[in-house]
Amino acid sequence: MLNPGQGRGPDSGVAGGSSNSDPFPAGLRVLVVDDDPTCLMILERMLRTCLYRVTKCNRAEIALSLLRKNKNGFDIVISDVHMPDMDGFKLLEHVGLEMDLPVIMMSADDSKSVVLKGVTHGAVDYLIKPVRIEALKNIWQHVVRKKRNEWNVSEHSGSVEETGQREDGDNNSSSANNEGSWRSSRKRKEEEVDEQGGDDKEDASSLKKPRVVWSVELHQQFVAAVNQLGVDKAVPKKILEMMNVPGLTRENVASHLQKYRIYLRRLGGVSQHQGNMNHSFMTGQDPSFGPLSTLNGFDLQALAAAGQLPAQSLAQLQAAGLARPPSLSKPGMSVDQRSIFSFENPKIRHGQMMNSGGGGNKQMNLLHGVPMGMEPRQFAGGGQMRVQQQQQQLSGGRAVGQNVQSSGMMMPVGGGPSMLQQQQQVMLSSSVPRRSETSSGSRVLPAAATTQSVVFNNFSSELPRNSFPLASAPGISVSYQEEVNSSDAKGGAGFGNPSYDIFNSYPQQYNNNNDWDLQNMGMVFNSHQDTTASAAFSSSSSTQRTRAEHVQNHHQQQQFPSQSLNHMNGGGSVRVKSERVAETVTCPPATTLFQEQYNQEDLMSALLKQEGLPLVDNEFDFDGYSLDNIPV
Amino acid sequence: MGKCMQGFLDEQFMELEELQDDVNPNFVEEVATLYFKDSARLINSIDQALERGSFDFNRLDNYMHQFKGSSSSIGASKVKTECTMFREYCRVGNAEGCLRTFQQVKKEHATLRKKLEHYFQASQ
Repeated sequence: MLNPGQGRGPDSGVAGGSSNSDPFPAGLRVLVVDDDPTCLMILERMLRTCLYRVTKCNRAEIALSLLRKNKNGFDIVISDVHMPDMDGFKLLEHVGLEMDLPVIMMSADDSKSVVLKGVTHGAVDYLIKPVRIEALKNIWQHVVRKKRNEWNVSEHSGSVEETGQREDGDNNSSSANNEGSWRSSRKRKEEEVDEQGGDDKEDASSLKKPRVVWSVELHQQFVAAVNQLGVDKAVPKKILEMMNVPGLTRENVASHLQKYRIYLRRLGGVSQHQGNMNHSFMTGQDPSFGPLSTLNGFDLQALAAAGQLPAQSLAQLQAAGLARPPSLSKPGMSVDQRSIFSFENPKIRHGQMMNSGGGGNKQMNLLHGVPMGMEPRQFAGGGQMRVQQQQQQLSGGRAVGQNVQSSGMMMPVGGGPSMLQQQQQVMLSSSVPRRSETSSGSRVLPAAATTQSVVFNNFSSELPRNSFPLASAPGISVSYQEEVNSSDAKGGAGFGNPSYDIFNSYPQQYNNNNDWDLQNMGMVFNSHQDTTASAAFSSSSSTQRTRAEHVQNHHQQQQFPSQSLNHMNGGGSVRVKSERVAETVTCPPATTLFQEQYNQEDLMSALLKQEGLPLVDNEFDFDGYSLDNIPV
Repeated sequence: MGKCMQGFLDEQFMELEELQDDVNPNFVEEVATLYFKDSARLINSIDQALERGSFDFNRLDNYMHQFKGSSSSIGASKVKTECTMFREYCRVGNAEGCLRTFQQVKKEHATLRKKLEHYFQASQ
C-alpha cells in the first residue's frame, strides 16, 4: 500500500488484496495449530502472504501454553479438529474460556456434524481442508466482530465496564445529569459494593476496556471461589483473590457476582416452579452442574445468539459442563432464555419488559448468559434451602417478610411474579437482618425487605432473565446482597435498588447517602405512582427515616446493581426511572392482576410512609411488594 | 504443472505454486518433501495396523484421515481419492476392502512421489 511497487513486502498489501492505503489487517497475530506438518507449513505460508504474523504450533497443549503465556499476544487462533494430544474442540473451549479469542476450526472432514460441532462450540468459522488462501484472507473479520460484540455485550451485560453511557437511549427521561451521575455513581457503587470505597474508577473511562468474558471455566472458578467463601459472604475482593485469574479485576468479579446472585435466586424460583423448565435448576439441589448446564447452555446460546454473550464464552460455559451451544448471535436464543425463566415468573418478564421491551429480551439473555456458567451448587446449597423456606412462607401468604429472610433464595412459590419477588425478598430478608444490626436497626429490616421487593418490580420488567428483575436496575437484589454483606451499614439496601432507579432519574448524587433524603424519596414516590416498587420501598420501611436511610444506603448499594440493571436494559433503561418502574410494576396485567392491585396498595402505603405515616403492616407491605415486583 | 502431472495433482497444488515467490522460491518443493516424509510415517502406521490383522477400523480411519488431510493439502488428488475409498471401507468394517484399497493408496503415493521428484528436478 504505501509502496505498491514493492511486491510482497508488508506494504504491498498484495496478499491482503486490500486497499493499498490501509495496512489492516496486516500484522494480525495468528496462532495456527495443526498436527499435520504439511498443512502447518502451507497455512503458515498462506497467512504470511496475507501479511499476518503467524505462529505455528503442532500441539494443542503447546498452543495453549503459548496463549496463556501471552494472553494478549494473539488475535486469532486457527486450529485443526483432529489432533492427537487434544481434541480441537477442547482447545477451542479452552481458548474461548481463558483467552476469549476467536477460534477458527478446520478439518478435512466436512461432514455436517463436525461443522455443526464447531458452531456449537463457539468457533467463529470452520474451514474445510485443503484450505485456500482466499479463506484465510478474511479471517480478520472475526477478530473485529468479536471485539465489537464484546464491547456491545459489556454494555448490556451489566459488567463493570462502563456501558452506562450507551444506555442513554433508554433513559430519555433521565437528564443528562442523572445519566452521568447515575452511571458514574453506578460504577462507583459497584466498586463500592463491598469496599465502600469508590476505588475503582479505572474502568469508568475505559469504554474500550476489553470485557471480561465469563467463560465456562472462569465462571466455574468463580463459583468455586464463591462456594468456598459462602454465597452470602463472598465478596468480590476475596473471590478475586481466590480465583487468581490474571487480568481479572475486582470490578469484574463484583459485577459477575451480582449477576450470579440474581441467577441463583432465579434458579431457586425456577426450580420450584418449573420442574421441567430448567431441569437443571430443579436439580439445583445437588451440586451437579449437569442439568443446570443444559439450561445454562441454552441460555448461553441464546445469549450468544443475541450477540450478548461472546460466542466463546458461551461455548466455554457450555463446554464447562453445560451443553455447549455457543451460538454466537442469535437473538432468537435470548428469547428462549426468557421463556425459560419466564416460566417461573412469566409475569416478571412482562413487567420487566416495560422499559426495555426488546431490551428485556436482550437483557434476559445477557444475564442469562452470565449466570449460565454458574453452577447450581450455590444454589443448591443455600438457595435451595432458602428457597424452600421461602416457599413455605410464601405459600403461607404474605408473611414473606419473615420468611423471606430465612431463605436466601427466593423461590417464587406463589407464581411467576411472586416468585421473583419472593426471591428477592428472601434475599432481602437475609440481608436485611444483617443490615438492621449494623445500620439503623430494626427499621432497616423492614425497609430492606420492602426495598427488595420493590426492586423486583422495577427491574423485573427490565430483566426478564433475572428472577431478580431489579438486578438490572441498580442491581438491587444482587447488590443488595452484596451490600448487605459487605456493608452492614447500608440499611437501605432494600431501597437501594428500586429507589436507586427512581433516584436515578433525579439529579441526585448517587455516591452518597446524603444525596438521598426523604424528600427525594418522596419525590420519587409521588411522581411515580405506579411505581409500586418505590412505594413498596417506602412503605416497607417502618419509618420514613428508615426509608431515607435505606435510600441513601441503598443508593450506594444500588450503584452496584444499577449497573447491571442498566446493562440489562440496554443502557438507559436501567436507570429505571421511576416512571419506568411504574411501568414494570404494572405490567402483565393478566398475571399480575392481583399483584398490581397489591402494588397499588403498597404504593399507597409507601406514599403514606413517606409522608411520615406509620407503616401499616410491614409484612403486608413486604408481601405486597414482592407480588408487585414480579410482573410475571 | 505439466501433462504428466495431470490428474495426479489438482488445483490445490497450483495454489501452492502461487505461494511461491522470490522470497520463498522453493516453497512447493519444501512442502512436498515434508509431505512425503510425514505421509511415509502414516503409511507405515497403517501398514503395521493392517498387518496386525486386528482391524481396528477406528484407528485405521484416524490414520487415514490424517493422511487424506495432508494429501489434499498438496493437491494429491489421486491419493486423496484412494484415501476416501479406504475410509469408506473402514466405515463399513470391510477389512478386505481396506487392505485392497490401501495397496492402491500406496501405489498412488509412490507414483506421485516420483512425478514430483522429476517435476522439481526439472524446474530447478
